Amino acid sequence: MTILTITILVLLGAFAAGLLGSLTGLGGGLIIVPMLTLLFKVDLRYAIGASLVSVIATSSGAAAAYVREGYTNVRVGILLEVGTVIGALVGAALAGITPTNVLAILLGAVLLITTYRALRPRPAHAILTTPDKWSERLRLDSTYPTATGKQAYSVTNVPAGLGLMFLAGILSALLGIGSGVVKVLAMDQMMRLPFKVSTTTSNFMIGVTAAASAGVYLHRGYIDPTIALPVMLGVLGGALLGARILNRANVKWLRTLFTVVVIVMGVQMLYKGIMGSI
Amino acid sequence: MIEPREPLLTDHAVEQFVGRLLQIGVGLSAAVVIVGGVMLLVHHGSEVPNYATFAGEPESIRSLCGIVQGVLAADSRSIIQFGLLLLIATPILRVAFTWIAFVLQRDRVYVFITSIVLILLLYGLIYGRA
Repeated sequence: MTILTITILVLLGAFAAGLLGSLTGLGGGLIIVPMLTLLFKVDLRYAIGASLVSVIATSSGAAAAYVREGYTNVRVGILLEVGTVIGALVGAALAGITPTNVLAILLGAVLLITTYRALRPRPAHAILTTPDKWSERLRLDSTYPTATGKQAYSVTNVPAGLGLMFLAGILSALLGIGSGVVKVLAMDQMMRLPFKVSTTTSNFMIGVTAAASAGVYLHRGYIDPTIALPVMLGVLGGALLGARILNRANVKWLRTLFTVVVIVMGVQMLYKGIMGSI
Repeated sequence: MIEPREPLLTDHAVEQFVGRLLQIGVGLSAAVVIVGGVMLLVHHGSEVPNYATFAGEPESIRSLCGIVQGVLAADSRSIIQFGLLLLIATPILRVAFTWIAFVLQRDRVYVFITSIVLILLLYGLIYGRA
């Protein structure tokens, strides 16, 4: 295949990934690496580099819409970024010494766990209003808009949240994903932030986390311009279209389709990793 | 506890500005990548690449100086890489603006926390070692 053919095909694939990722809320970054390695036989390291770049593009592109609504908690985001950025640099260091088949197994496992979590109903929790020691000292308490006006909320379990963010950073760098699922898990379930605040703050952090390891990968030669080009433009275009048609689209069957795609790719990554053929 | 002074900038005003900044960064980067991409396809579109084996990118598009030199020489791969570099720099710029906002708000704790994040990000981008 020539550069022209590959560019067009990857552009189409990345566009579909961005569109589905945006409509289902799972993020397109999740299936970029499996798509590039399994369908286009791209080396895992080039795939991870290109995927990270697309993660930055969608995160930054979507952030503008989110901040206008007033959900993002900048203090929580910046504080937790200490964890994700250190994790991302550790992950980038580990990526250089981890065998590619181990990375493939890890990615397969993350894909399957993510779908499992996305399929299960999310346990809802009450909004915390009594500030704890950390939250008070770091002024993490804030308000968010609801139908009935501004709702005040408080934050808990800050050290544990930071720890989980460190793990999210490692996964993001190792696998070229945004690891939004881990970030939302930490903020929503562990730190008890309102769900909408958790998802938007997670998006705020994803770009920063990915930028930490993408900088390292650029120097290490993992970022190939001819692969990153269609991946970045495709995912970005798909995500922007997804955000625009979200209210009109029938998300349910798209969600099912995306789930099936993620499971198939997850199983294939696991299989190839275990067989050592990647 | 000491009452914080009246902030010069509210968190929300900063976020609005930063949101706009991110859009501009992504838009600019996409435009540069498209220009480089068109040049690449015109000049090298019919070449057959090998992505299946990892060789690492040539030194010239791995360092910041090398990329800028390539852009000046109108090399399509360097132009795309420069666009990607702008994209990577966008969230870092966002953290830098958040840092300035905390300085203006005289919020010492968050100036410190944001400094750590910013130093780590710049370290990764400039030295490229982890």
